[in-house]
Amino acid sequence: MSSEWPLWEVFIRGQHGLNHRHVGSLHAPDAELAIKNARDVYTRRNEGVSIWVVKSVDIAASSPSDKGPLFEPSNSKVYRHPTFFEIPEEVGHM
Amino acid sequence: MYAQLVKSEGMKSAAELSPQERAFQDRIDRGEKIEPKEWMPEGYRKTLIRQIGQHAHSEIVGQLPEGNWITRAPTLERKAILLAKVQDEAGHGLYLYCAAETLGVSRDQLLAKLHDGSMKYSSIFNYPTLNWADIGAVGWLVDGAAIMNQVQLQKTSYGPYSRAMIRICKEESFHQRQGYDIMMKMAQGTAEQKAMAQDALDRFWYPALMMFGPSDKDSVHSTQSMAWKIKINTNDELRQKFVDQTVPQAEYLGLKIPDPNLKWNEEKKGYDFSEPDWSEFFEVIAGNGPCNKERLGARVKAWEDGAWFRDGLLAHAEKAQARRAAARVAAE
Ligand SMILES: [Fe+2]
Ligand SMILES: [Fe+2]
Ligand SMILES: [Fe+2]
Repeated sequence: MSSEWPLWEVFIRGQHGLNHRHVGSLHAPDAELAIKNARDVYTRRNEGVSIWVVKSVDIAASSPSDKGPLFEPSNSKVYRHPTFFEIPEEVGHM
Repeated sequence: MYAQLVKSEGMKSAAELSPQERAFQDRIDRGEKIEPKEWMPEGYRKTLIRQIGQHAHSEIVGQLPEGNWITRAPTLERKAILLAKVQDEAGHGLYLYCAAETLGVSRDQLLAKLHDGSMKYSSIFNYPTLNWADIGAVGWLVDGAAIMNQVQLQKTSYGPYSRAMIRICKEESFHQRQGYDIMMKMAQGTAEQKAMAQDALDRFWYPALMMFGPSDKDSVHSTQSMAWKIKINTNDELRQKFVDQTVPQAEYLGLKIPDPNLKWNEEKKGYDFSEPDWSEFFEVIAGNGPCNKERLGARVKAWEDGAWFRDGLLAHAEKAQARRAAARVAAE
């Protein structure tokens, strides 16, 4: 029984000017083939202008159970949004 | 359908749920998506692996009956189209294996289970494609039924599965249209061509109806899967929708659905139709369909014949990596 090819996460830039976005994963023996396979698997209809691949084992991720401590602190900081401040109409657009 | 007989876990009543399970069910009821590393009941995870795995296997095995005609397509254009369609199915299989892998199972493990027969694929791919009209019927009816199932699954509760379905649905409508296009050409062709188209419809009609799985009253696995939103519509609902959609398309072709009981029912605003022969369905699922051995044999052969190639590429990648590492050390 042969051993399994490593898993790669695939990120595609859909158009110039946009960020690369995660689209899925695939198996490939190395980075070069991962990019070739990603071309065939994820861009058969012109979905991309650039591909990144990274080994899945190399991705560090926040844990779902940390959702509270990580993200709740920003909930109370409503002043970070422009709508927090009321600007009189006479001042005009700001 | 693509996952016709997925064993689900027993349904617990609301009172039997632990607080964690209750909170999980609440999230699903609110329409939240469940993502890979989040807590989920073991039964949810297992049912999903079975369902997504079965779906992936169907996409992969589904390439075989059509691949059979790539070298014999009547024109170069038809050949290029069929090739693109079959390549899409390979892609669909890969999106789905990738979704299943987020649940802690590897693609090779799933493939091993397909190859040893412990996991199934859709019964439809155990029927032969005897002539070119069959390729039209497959695209029209088989992909048509697949779409019917997959459209609702875009709303499934598991994030990676739902995203795979959205992507697949975008690609599927080309499949059905290319099939119908072949059927139009055949049905409007010579009398012999039209007869071939009718014959293909005759043979694929009931197997296509079976794709949605057994009738709701005999489908023991639906309740829990529907509560978990792993399944959105019942088998019978989808089958009815499929029939209602397909009958006018057959009429346009001037072909006859092979069912003497097919009749418009004004009251339910849908067609009455005959059930497929469910004993045939269970025989095919059990491995005794016309092409089960051939299909699985082709899969296993491809996998085994490709082993030296997979190993060779991996060995090459490891050597190249070692060379790079050595060069780095030398440079320091
Ligand atoms: Fe398909
Ligand atoms: Fe597909
Ligand atoms: Fe398809």
